[in-house]
Amino acid sequence: MLRFILRRLLLSIPVLLGVILLVFILARVIPSDPCRAALQERATDEICDAFNARYGLDEPLPVQFVAYIGQVATFDLGDSIRYNRPVSEIIFERLPLTMELTLLALLFATVFGVTLGILSAARRNSPADVATMMLANIGVSTPVFVLGLILAWIFGVLLRDTPIALPPSGRLSSGLDYMTLPEAWGMTDLQGPLRAILDWISNMYVFGSLISGQWGVFLDALKHMVLPMVALGTIPLAIIARMTRSSLLDVLGLDYIRTARAKGLGNRAVVLRHALRNALLPVVTIIGLQLGLLLSGAVLTETIFNLAGMGRTITEAIQGRDYLVVQGLTIVIAAVYLFINLVVDVSYGFLDPRIRLR
Amino acid sequence: MSGQVPALDVKTVDPTLVAGHRSSLWRDTLRGILRQRSAQAGVVILGFLLLIAVFANVVAPFGSEQDLRYPPISEQVNRLAPPCIHLLGCDTSLPQHAFGVDGNFFDVFSRVVYGARISLFVGFVTVGFAIVIGTLIGAVAGYAGGWVDNLFMRLMDVVLSFPSLILAIAIVTVIGSGLIQAQLAIGIVAIPIYARLMRASVLSIKERDFVVASRALGESDRGILFRRILPNALTPLIVQGTLGIGGAVLEVAALSFLGLGAQPPTAEWGSMIGLNRNFIFNAPHLIIFPGIALSLTVLGFNLLGDGIRDALDPRLNR
Repeated sequence: MLRFILRRLLLSIPVLLGVILLVFILARVIPSDPCRAALQERATDEICDAFNARYGLDEPLPVQFVAYIGQVATFDLGDSIRYNRPVSEIIFERLPLTMELTLLALLFATVFGVTLGILSAARRNSPADVATMMLANIGVSTPVFVLGLILAWIFGVLLRDTPIALPPSGRLSSGLDYMTLPEAWGMTDLQGPLRAILDWISNMYVFGSLISGQWGVFLDALKHMVLPMVALGTIPLAIIARMTRSSLLDVLGLDYIRTARAKGLGNRAVVLRHALRNALLPVVTIIGLQLGLLLSGAVLTETIFNLAGMGRTITEAIQGRDYLVVQGLTIVIAAVYLFINLVVDVSYGFLDPRIRLR
Repeated sequence: MSGQVPALDVKTVDPTLVAGHRSSLWRDTLRGILRQRSAQAGVVILGFLLLIAVFANVVAPFGSEQDLRYPPISEQVNRLAPPCIHLLGCDTSLPQHAFGVDGNFFDVFSRVVYGARISLFVGFVTVGFAIVIGTLIGAVAGYAGGWVDNLFMRLMDVVLSFPSLILAIAIVTVIGSGLIQAQLAIGIVAIPIYARLMRASVLSIKERDFVVASRALGESDRGILFRRILPNALTPLIVQGTLGIGGAVLEVAALSFLGLGAQPPTAEWGSMIGLNRNFIFNAPHLIIFPGIALSLTVLGFNLLGDGIRDALDPRLNR
């Protein structure tokens, strides 16, 4: 198993280098040169020469690329013009929100998708099955940004004064005081990597308030996440439901299921105990594949619901021509995506021993 | 038993039957596709949208970028006026606008109608581009093998290791915003799917007897690749392509929504939604109608794609 993990890890290094190379090339072919892009109207010829010398932009491209890999490896992604701060700081602050949103959406999609898929397969061709599959088709076809805006309108305007009203933007209601983990646990003088990890988790409001027992904040933060989670999770939910249904139907047609039924087992036991376990492997594959979709969708969801995560940062950076931020975020998101795919691959190895041997 | 079955006299076979036989493969395939209920629904939806797109200038009461305040119309019109249809009980003193009026005094219904032209076009062109380039890369990689194969396929791996919209955004920052650029970006991001499919087909077909035979007969590499292998590798490409159109329409609309694709005042659904997203609380009709149109288009392509897949690839019958 360890060898399998190591091999997968080694295989992902060239891909990561390729990712950095691609972003590097994209960054070099931007029509305006980096100096003028960074300094804009302040850029004169002398200033630009100094700028190019300082950032090594007068070196040959291969030399620049090696230097760039060194920078990326030490997490030095340059400074944002717009915020006048290191890009890595901005990413550190904003990535947790995107991760929290993505994970909540994935949880929502998996729980409801698998459940609906099982119900549909167990009652094949019943009105409930037909209705679920029609809804799944519509769900797959509804863009994240359309669904998000319509949900915001329904729960933020139409149902405003009802108990099921939900906040259509932001992360916390004003007036609520959220203590970060170091504050809540009285460790404000903590320094170093542990502090960084705690700060990181604190930036996931739902999770942070949950583990530090701030129940009021937890409920409020969760309420704020419901609409973004549903908007982002609906397409994966529909895909997972369809996959669960078809995979379960395949398995339910096998001989050992007939044997189980012949033994006199009830439908429930046959589906849940015998069939489900074998039907889930393709479903796990599909769930893993949804992460790319979720990270893409997070850009749109964050824009709609006013959440300052990676996605909104990247669109703002493009509008403000903040190229280093776009570059840094693209690399980090691709690296996160690669890492998640690695985890998914390794988890197949656990689920299905045959994969390890290949 | 001998002599019981008369030998078939070739001359007596009705020539029209023979002619009919030649095209029956295509006809059978088409019939198989149209037997799928999802394909029927998809064809109906797309046919409806196609009619609207073709006859947009007849269906739409106004131009897609026509300011209702100025001549030749110059009617008493309220900015952001909600939908008003006289038949459905709207006050007859108000001007009739089925989907309402937007912030620029444009008629939303007309814009949604004209938007059908753009979205259908976007879907076909984007996927067509991805299929052509992907097929070329996959065919060359699979047929050549060795370092060429390695180089191309590792490049495809790299492209696939980005979440698609993120890479498309990065590409658009380089080549600039615009509908064409957005299509190019989404097309590039979609290339690896088709390249991988094509390569897999080529690898399995190139060792078949009929390919070996035509090589023995002295056919050139290019001839073998394009005349022998390519036609036999098309089915999975067509299936994947139809399924991909819905996704491409969605992603180009998403880029336009973010302001990176079609630029206002172009009547593109994603850009209309993006431009008006802050009006969702007081003028939701600006979002809902283009949103429904967009979902309907994607639904049509997805249903048709599912139907084609089920008909052409019985193994994947799910």
